[in-house]
Amino acid sequence: MSTMHAPVTLTIDGRPITVSEGTTIWEAARQLGIDIPVLCHDPRLPPVAVCRVCAVEVKGARVAQAACIRRVEAGMEVRTHTDQLTRVRRMLVELLLADHPIPCAKHEKNRDCALELLGEQYGLLPVSSGERERTRAAAPAPHQSRGRLHDRGGTIRVRPRVLEDGHDLSSPVIAVDHHACILCDRCIRGCDEIQNNEVIGRTGKGAQTRIGFDLNLPMGQSTCVSCGECAAVCPTGALMHKPLTIDVPLSETKAVDSVCPYCGVGCAITYHVKDNTIVQVSGRESPVNHGRLCVKGRYGFDYALHPQRLTVPLIRRAEFYPKGPLSKDVRGEDGRWQRKPGGIVDYAEVLPAFREASWEEALDLVASRLKQIKDRYGPGALAGFGSAKCSNEEAYLFQKLVRAVFGTNNVDHCTRLCHASSVAALQETIGSGAVSNVFADIQYADVAIVIGSNTTENHPVAATFFKQAAKRGTTLIVIDPRRPALADHAHYYISYKPGTDVAFLNGLMHVIIAEGLIDADFIARRTENFAALQETVKHYTPEVVEKLTGVPAEQVRTIARVYGRAKNAMIFWGMGISQHTTGTDNARCLISLCLMTGNIGRPGTGLHPLRGQNNVQGASDSGLIPMVYTDYQRVDTPQVREKFEKAWGVALDPKPGLTVVEITHGALHGTIKGMYMMGENPFLSDPNINKVRKALANLEFLVVQDIFLTETAEFADVILPAASFPEKEGTYTNTDRRVQIGRKAIDPPGQARPDWQIICEIATRMGYPMHYHSPEEIFRELVSLSPNLAGLSYAKLGTSGELWPCPDPHAPGQSVLFTDSFPKGKGKFVPAEFMPAKELPDAEFPFVLNTGRVLEHWHTGTMTRRAKALDAIEPEPFVEIHPEDLSTLGLQDGDWVRVSSRRGTIVLKVRSGNRTQKGSVFIPFHFREAAANLLTLDELDPYGKIPEFKFCAVKVEKVREQEDLAAASAA
Amino acid sequence: MAVQFSQETYRQFEEVLTHYPTKRAALLPTFWLAQEEFGYLSPEVMEYIAQLLDLSPAYVAAVASFYTMFDKEPKGKFHLQVCTNLSCTLVGAQQIVECLEQKLGIKLGETTPDGKFSLSEVECLGSCGTAPVLQLNTGDYYENLTPERVTQLVEELAKQA
Ligand code: SF4
Ligand code: SF4
Ligand code: FES
Ligand code: FES
Repeated sequence: MSTMHAPVTLTIDGRPITVSEGTTIWEAARQLGIDIPVLCHDPRLPPVAVCRVCAVEVKGARVAQAACIRRVEAGMEVRTHTDQLTRVRRMLVELLLADHPIPCAKHEKNRDCALELLGEQYGLLPVSSGERERTRAAAPAPHQSRGRLHDRGGTIRVRPRVLEDGHDLSSPVIAVDHHACILCDRCIRGCDEIQNNEVIGRTGKGAQTRIGFDLNLPMGQSTCVSCGECAAVCPTGALMHKPLTIDVPLSETKAVDSVCPYCGVGCAITYHVKDNTIVQVSGRESPVNHGRLCVKGRYGFDYALHPQRLTVPLIRRAEFYPKGPLSKDVRGEDGRWQRKPGGIVDYAEVLPAFREASWEEALDLVASRLKQIKDRYGPGALAGFGSAKCSNEEAYLFQKLVRAVFGTNNVDHCTRLCHASSVAALQETIGSGAVSNVFADIQYADVAIVIGSNTTENHPVAATFFKQAAKRGTTLIVIDPRRPALADHAHYYISYKPGTDVAFLNGLMHVIIAEGLIDADFIARRTENFAALQETVKHYTPEVVEKLTGVPAEQVRTIARVYGRAKNAMIFWGMGISQHTTGTDNARCLISLCLMTGNIGRPGTGLHPLRGQNNVQGASDSGLIPMVYTDYQRVDTPQVREKFEKAWGVALDPKPGLTVVEITHGALHGTIKGMYMMGENPFLSDPNINKVRKALANLEFLVVQDIFLTETAEFADVILPAASFPEKEGTYTNTDRRVQIGRKAIDPPGQARPDWQIICEIATRMGYPMHYHSPEEIFRELVSLSPNLAGLSYAKLGTSGELWPCPDPHAPGQSVLFTDSFPKGKGKFVPAEFMPAKELPDAEFPFVLNTGRVLEHWHTGTMTRRAKALDAIEPEPFVEIHPEDLSTLGLQDGDWVRVSSRRGTIVLKVRSGNRTQKGSVFIPFHFREAAANLLTLDELDPYGKIPEFKFCAVKVEKVREQEDLAAASAA
Repeated sequence: MAVQFSQETYRQFEEVLTHYPTKRAALLPTFWLAQEEFGYLSPEVMEYIAQLLDLSPAYVAAVASFYTMFDKEPKGKFHLQVCTNLSCTLVGAQQIVECLEQKLGIKLGETTPDGKFSLSEVECLGSCGTAPVLQLNTGDYYENLTPERVTQLVEELAKQA
């Protein structure tokens, strides 16, 4: 998109400068270090020039010019500071101050209201010496200085600007004070142009003008998604972040650059810290997010300070054996799962089963019990679940512990539950599981398909770039059975019957082949097995596809043509593709679609499975997978194993280990005896949790390491308190393959320790000394064993990180992969036939259950449900049902219902929503009091071993009054 | 079901769209059609228009609230719209407003309980030469107003109703 701009030379205050054509006077002056005041301008926003305080004189121009919008011209002579300009600016500021509360909330708190600072600069307000009481004294009293005009009839009364209801505190995160607003338009542009949410407008006219949310609703009732961008760009106290922890001026805080701990987008953030407390989080400029954040990143940080944090090691008391669940609702005393308001684990029910212990005692116990199991049953009886929330260093150490010390490859993490199928397909077809292009590449794509991804909720900041691209000319195609909000911004939205992805994608390929839209040259040069694919998709005519999927044949043709004819096209996908028993097949089809049209190896093309967890890419890169060591080097390749045996100084197991669900089965059947669980909570996240519960109870020894008491910890023998994200240093790899440093902002509470230190202690006590001084030292070891990461170091990562592959320390990481070849050599077409889902709806269980996430919560809610703002916005579980199905069932929005599958039952409230198709229901899986995974099916995809989270059959029944009351009082 | 244009109005709406290069540009004529059909631009109507034209509700509300000729609440049978812009104010628009407020027993922006009269202030009606001016509904202008003249006007209208 960057076109070359000719250089232009001009003078500003007598100093010559050369800038490229199209630069504004303000920007050019800034480059010279000349400060021109602005109110309505922010370099991240398109200029609108409504305030005029940036007025400058341009020789030959009739009147002063707005520097923020006026472009430079050759030979221009600009003066930025003259007496006349000072008068103009002073007057503008005075007029604005007439209506402005002095001080406004922003100035009172941080002394950085842009208007009041200018007021002070121009001598209109006294420069307050730090005291922050409200004083109106020095400001001109509003409306007094206005003149009296006479006409035939008498005095003209100018109606003062009276804003009723100027304060709006309805949003849980932003305080609105319309009185302080100077109508600079920044929030509107922030919402429209940066976040692309389009919530804010101006309403009214003249003196009554104010900003309005949607149809002028209170902010908290509008469609605002609480991203906070408007408050971040507002120059005055009109839009302020509400304090979430302590309310102190930012100037008193220390800034720590880090990254967001939530999703795979990996936004760069700055923590503002005082007295070991995070006060606020702001977005930081970086190639990933350009300063943007979503509600979780900006307002979801206070979980770390929650009083329920684990602070001492805990050991299960002898009376609480044999082991079983401890909370009443998990025990299900009256034989059924009970609804329990309030969500998270009840400490009062669980803590009495444990006693506090010293680290020495706890660690010795862990090491000796694990060793005992290994000696008695062999290494294969041990297993470990690491976490995609922990750093690369911790993932690396964890798998090293399991492999080198436990002596088994039974190590896995939740990647199994999200993109294992995508990775399996990518490995098989092109030989690398990572994304081929960064998500920001969408700006170079003519066409982008986003399939099976509710991007605005699950990768909110990436979604802002998608929406922006759609606005700027990328044809956006959104495909998902449950209509995602992104569909509102798409040029085409396709919905089909759940579970018919393969049929639809084969249909697209059928049309692309039939209409000659393939890239024959690319197929010939860079791929193999095309004939087999051709043979398979031959049968998927648009008419056949219409029957299977419900998508009109003509629409299949249209989408095929749009994608097939694009010069550069990109494909993004999420869990809607991967979390099926046909997940690998779904991904294979997407890869074939991309290969047959040659859409790979250039900017704006390629394949991008959007990664879920903040470090699921990194945890996989670091070897937290049963079949591979770091950098996807296979454990069953002898040379590779020799390399690791040499580096680690022990013999290693040549056999790939068990995956997450297989380990759970192992525990259930008694082949897995001891487990180390670092930051994972399979109790809620894994399918069919009734089975998980039995499996966990069946273990001889379970050690759980976490920041809160999780549902899984109820089954633990030992619980170890870990440091949370902002309490430690480490690197995290985002969905783009960008490795970034998360820095320590606060100290851990009590005796909690960083995970990497705990791992070292356990290893050492089990007879394998492990000593590192810092995460950086661990990173160096990880990198030395991983060719694709070889060029990386903390110094190189700096503040905005670096992409891998980066084999060379002196070259930047690669953004676009597979330009000339695939890691595998030729890309392989792997055809897939349509297969119906494993459990189809029937008369007894007539609905299809789809599970997923909501914007405000993360996974099992361990963190987000303890973040005040997030919990306030989305406090309870719900099942979303189409309004027509609701009326058929005789239900109303807000009714309590019982949702049951063949595996379990949960009770929760109904939410009417037409994003969900008729015949389907949607339940977010975050809420333990109505755990969606009690219902899901643990059928696995045969290749990726990923469970079918997105499809099982359920029934929905109304909960009768009495029963409802009984359940509520029992809780 | 939410509000929706009648078939006939929808046809007119589609025709209107053909006059403009973008959907957004058709916003004002669409307001006229809606006001004609629904009487005024209620929040539901604005939502509907936002959907029809692929605009954000905030944008639709912004434009609707800027133009005084679009009603955001139900209006009386006779909607008296007094210009209070500069020229009219210089020659006594305030007295006209006061006189009407008194006569009708309502304030600016209100409607009489019997639903007959609504009183609003509007921006320049483009008739400064004959100021002060008021406009009745979407039709006639009443010019060179004096308190006596508007009192008389109200009485005449009251008889008609
Ligand atoms: S918080 Fe975000 S979505 Fe809400 S109004 Fe502000 S910018 Fe728009
Ligand atoms: S709320 Fe803030 S950003 Fe928005 S228009 Fe008012 S002063 Fe500007
Ligand atoms: S900053 Fe230039 S006009 Fe407002
Ligand atoms: S000012 Fe009233 S008509 Fe122009």
